[in-house]
Amino acid sequence: MAMARNKMRTILTMLGIIIGVASVIAMLAIGQGSKKSIQDQISSMGTNMLMIRPNSDAPGGVRLDASSMQNLTIKDLEAIQQQCPNVALVSPLVSGRGQTIYASKNWPTSIQGVGTNFLEIRKMSIKDGIMFSEQDVATAAKVCVLGKTVIENLFADGDSPIGKTIRFKNIPFKVIGTLAEKGENTFGQDQDDIILTPYTTIQKRVLAITYIQNIFASAIDEKSSDIALKEITAALRQSHKLKDSQEDDFSVRTQAELISTFSSITQMLTILLAAIASISLLVGGIGIMNIMFVSVTERTREIGLRMAIGGREIDIMFQFLIEAVMISIAGGIIGVALGITTSYALASILGWPITITSLSIILSFLVCFITGVFFGWYPARKASYLDPIEALRYE
Amino acid sequence: MEQAIIHIENLKRNFTVGSETVRALKGVSFDVKEGEFLTIMGASGSGKTTMLNILGCLDRPTDGKYLLDNVSIASLSKNELARLRNHKIGFVFQSFNLLPRTSALENVELPLLYNSKISSKERKSRAIAALEAVGLADRMGHTPNQLSGGQQQRVAIARALVNDPVMLLADEATGNLDSKTSYEILALFQELNQKGKTIVFVTHEPDIASLSKRTITLRDGHIIKDIIIDNPKSAKWYLENLPVNDDEI
Repeated sequence: MAMARNKMRTILTMLGIIIGVASVIAMLAIGQGSKKSIQDQISSMGTNMLMIRPNSDAPGGVRLDASSMQNLTIKDLEAIQQQCPNVALVSPLVSGRGQTIYASKNWPTSIQGVGTNFLEIRKMSIKDGIMFSEQDVATAAKVCVLGKTVIENLFADGDSPIGKTIRFKNIPFKVIGTLAEKGENTFGQDQDDIILTPYTTIQKRVLAITYIQNIFASAIDEKSSDIALKEITAALRQSHKLKDSQEDDFSVRTQAELISTFSSITQMLTILLAAIASISLLVGGIGIMNIMFVSVTERTREIGLRMAIGGREIDIMFQFLIEAVMISIAGGIIGVALGITTSYALASILGWPITITSLSIILSFLVCFITGVFFGWYPARKASYLDPIEALRYE
Repeated sequence: MEQAIIHIENLKRNFTVGSETVRALKGVSFDVKEGEFLTIMGASGSGKTTMLNILGCLDRPTDGKYLLDNVSIASLSKNELARLRNHKIGFVFQSFNLLPRTSALENVELPLLYNSKISSKERKSRAIAALEAVGLADRMGHTPNQLSGGQQQRVAIARALVNDPVMLLADEATGNLDSKTSYEILALFQELNQKGKTIVFVTHEPDIASLSKRTITLRDGHIIKDIIIDNPKSAKWYLENLPVNDDEI
């Protein structure tokens, strides 16, 4: 009743809560959104993927860069294939960077020598043409599959690259297929700036090496990646003839690890944003308390009257408490609406990924209710403790 | 028929102000029977206001007995007192004390809101009946600032009547009104009294006392006079014989 009688004041009081709730909702939406988008992108690389790379060993105290380590070989790959029941697929990876040339155009990119399983492990697929075969791997055939970025930079629009021959470090490669577009990953890397070719071709014709740089594997499913990790570690330790006292000279990483690392970062971001937004909610709550005090003082005679005609302490207290809670809940409803609107506006204008969870909405309402009760309590109590005789004569 | 609504025996009320004890009431005894129209008179400092507060169950005596409708006040808790006020007393104040920006009907309904036994439907019908009884049936939707002083006091009287109290307790109820309106209000009180309502009217105006059936005069915490008026004058008579308003000439 009294709220409707003082519309302007009620709206201004609510504004504190509205802004507080709206910012909490928007901040959580942004935080959760970025978390989910990172998770999605990591998952799109294959959640059951495992990456094996040599560890920086320190022979003679000098730590060498991991990529110059030469202790992973095709034998290790075979060992994993044979000894790890939870590993579904394995593929080696050797890569080199250099200039790619077609006709009058050239483009610096990385050429990656992989096994035929690589596409499946990385959740990639062929758009046009075909993937190279085991036969091509066995013969170190000079064939390749191109990513979209490479095609755009080497070929004129509408010109099909299939069947053409490109040159990488003066070695001709025949294009036999193109890759479906993957876009940028979380880290801003262009996943389409890629040339795939049999790893044997890179080993023999480009880099002239016998070792492999990385091994990509996939667990039979997402849940098995931890077991697969243990199996791979055991297989490689055996294959490398490491004693129990020796550290691994390789490292195995799962996508799950990567996800949890990034989740914890974005989680922290979300908490930070929510904490900042909560401060405005707190300020809004103090606003409610302030206005309730004014209201109690202003309505002292009304309180006296209500007591005289039979209002008990608890009735008076509830009247003011309900008023405070109503203000904060009403502010909460408007705040949630505003928060959702703001989130979608940010998403459409700035292109930020947002996720609005029902949890954040429920949480906001709960916080509003608690804010109302918490900050309404003291003024309401003050009102209920008034002496009706004095309150009735209050000027 | 003549049952005692109020029974007061050797009532005392002391206040402690700093280190001094102020004795506002020093042993007052009287009974009020059903259907009486009592005025309590006294100059300021006579204990009149303290008497009113105790009669209205807003305050408790330091010593002595106060039975309202056979219920002893001294032993009741704050909540029980509130309940008693809600059920047995109808307050009418000098300054009306209506809720601003709230319709006359809602103002009258207010006491019934604190009685959980009454449904919202009954609340409304009783409030309408009370407003009809004070002659404001056509003003139910008006807010206090749309009503004259006399009309506001009528709304306040309707509010006091709505819970059907055993006693109407008026505190200088005509103090803020001009003399014509005062007589109109007093005529309403007399009419209610004729219908059987017990009325206790606290005032310092002898004019009003002459319209009641009995007058108790307080001084320095004691009753100094308790007069029964056999043939009280009629407020209506005064209204009809008011001097012509010379502003209009």
